[in-house]
Amino acid sequence: MATDSRQKPDNRRGANRSRSLLSDQARSYLGHHRKVARDSIQRMWKTPVASAMTWTVMGVALALPVALLLLLTSLQGVSAGWESTARITAYLAMELPAEEARGMAADIESDGRVISVQLVERDQALADFRASSGLDEALDFLEENPLPHTLLITPEDSARSAEGVQALVTFVENMNGIDQVQVDLGWLQRLNAMTDILARAVWALALLLGAAVILVIGNTVRLAIENRRDEILVAKLVGGTDAFVRRPFLYTGAWFGLGGGLVAWLLIQVSLWWLSGPIERLAGLYRSEFTLQGPGFDGALALIIVAMLLGWLGAWVAVRRHLDDIEPGDIAGG
Amino acid sequence: MIEFRQVTKRYDSDHTALRAVNFHLDRGELAFLTGHSGAGKSTLLKLIMVMERPTAGEVIVGGQKLNSLPRRQIPYIRRHIGVVFQNHQLLFDRTVFDNVAMPLEVMGASPEDTGRRVRAALDKVGLLKKEKMNPMQLSGGEQQRVGIARAVVNKPPVLLADEPTGNLDPELSADIMRLFTQFSQVGVTVLVATHDIALINEMNRRTLTLNQGQLVAGGGVSGH
Repeated sequence: MATDSRQKPDNRRGANRSRSLLSDQARSYLGHHRKVARDSIQRMWKTPVASAMTWTVMGVALALPVALLLLLTSLQGVSAGWESTARITAYLAMELPAEEARGMAADIESDGRVISVQLVERDQALADFRASSGLDEALDFLEENPLPHTLLITPEDSARSAEGVQALVTFVENMNGIDQVQVDLGWLQRLNAMTDILARAVWALALLLGAAVILVIGNTVRLAIENRRDEILVAKLVGGTDAFVRRPFLYTGAWFGLGGGLVAWLLIQVSLWWLSGPIERLAGLYRSEFTLQGPGFDGALALIIVAMLLGWLGAWVAVRRHLDDIEPGDIAGG
Repeated sequence: MIEFRQVTKRYDSDHTALRAVNFHLDRGELAFLTGHSGAGKSTLLKLIMVMERPTAGEVIVGGQKLNSLPRRQIPYIRRHIGVVFQNHQLLFDRTVFDNVAMPLEVMGASPEDTGRRVRAALDKVGLLKKEKMNPMQLSGGEQQRVGIARAVVNKPPVLLADEPTGNLDPELSADIMRLFTQFSQVGVTVLVATHDIALINEMNRRTLTLNQGQLVAGGGVSGH
């Protein structure tokens, strides 16, 4: 029997021999992978313009959702930063004497949820206002100081959630001598809601563009399969397994992914560099710490790995659909 | 080595390519397969290579029943069958060496092993000096010999040839038949499909003759 006559002699040679055979086989398997990987890169270099175009299409399709994701993370960083500095401003009743205000400040400060309480006395407040507003003369016309004593309350870390702050506000509101309590979390909640919507939109976009990338690579690989039809036929004729026939195309897909990932990274870095000046100015106008964060090393690595996976997947789809069509059955005529 | 038991192959239409074909080829036997075109020669070869499956009956190669062979196993069977085509099926985007190396490459042979065996095969067909050339630069007869080198490079127990001398002059045909005879002498079962009657008569070997899908001669036990 054909199979036996070829395999038995090896099996009889004992464990040592078969182990070295096994490692030989592993080595030649890895060697073959290396060869196929190298070959598919070389093929790509042979058509530099077409390859560059595929990379660019992939790069643009990947850069867009990644850039939006980066923007999103930066925005979330802003709101997180603001939540941690959330302060409650309590305006005391007009007629309250400074003595009592100090007592209330001490009372609130003793509450477990509060780190510190700063009392801004009404005279001090007026002086600050005079200095910063430039309404010096207008203020002179006022008969008395229109500003109340103010307490600036900084909550504990644990009380900084939306509910915690709300509870603290209620507590302060219910104290005697409090006129009004303000905590400006409204715009923060709106920002959060907006970033939530944006996040979903970005993920949907990422999904769509990811699918586009798979289709682009699938189509490119389909053409590659057509170009190498003869080779596939011969490989199948001489006993190449499906995995063997598939391998060069899967590598091709992965290399397209690598190129696309690098192009995407480059596009993102360039846009960041281009935008960083105006964003700094805008953030400066808002006295915000906002900066657009780049992908960093981890992000770039993840981007490239995802791109390679998408390329591989696209190639796999194409190979799945088209390799089976090429069967050596039609070689021999009549 | 190759056995057909009541093999019938019917294509979708009413066309029946083979009808109840029976024969058995031993190890080291060289036989011809003949018949006018459309008689079923190619179908018979395709059945041996598992490019087609029989409608009825059994095809057995190397003791393996091909009917029940799962699709995944087909490549492994093909590694034991060398095939030579009339149109060579060589790849013109690589050297003669790389063409011949393909069967070894799919088996995952090491580079040293590959080099050694490819050169041995090329030496056998007298093309050792042309290993670095592109097959396009070779003559028809040389291309056919490259195809033969590729078919035997991994020392398969079975060698099939489909009209291997179709485009060659008688002298080159004789060369190629000499090679096939040598292979059969070292134990390879060789089946050559051809309608070159002169060649068959000259060789005086067992001849399987197909007529409209029926084996009309050569089906009995071989003369060896």
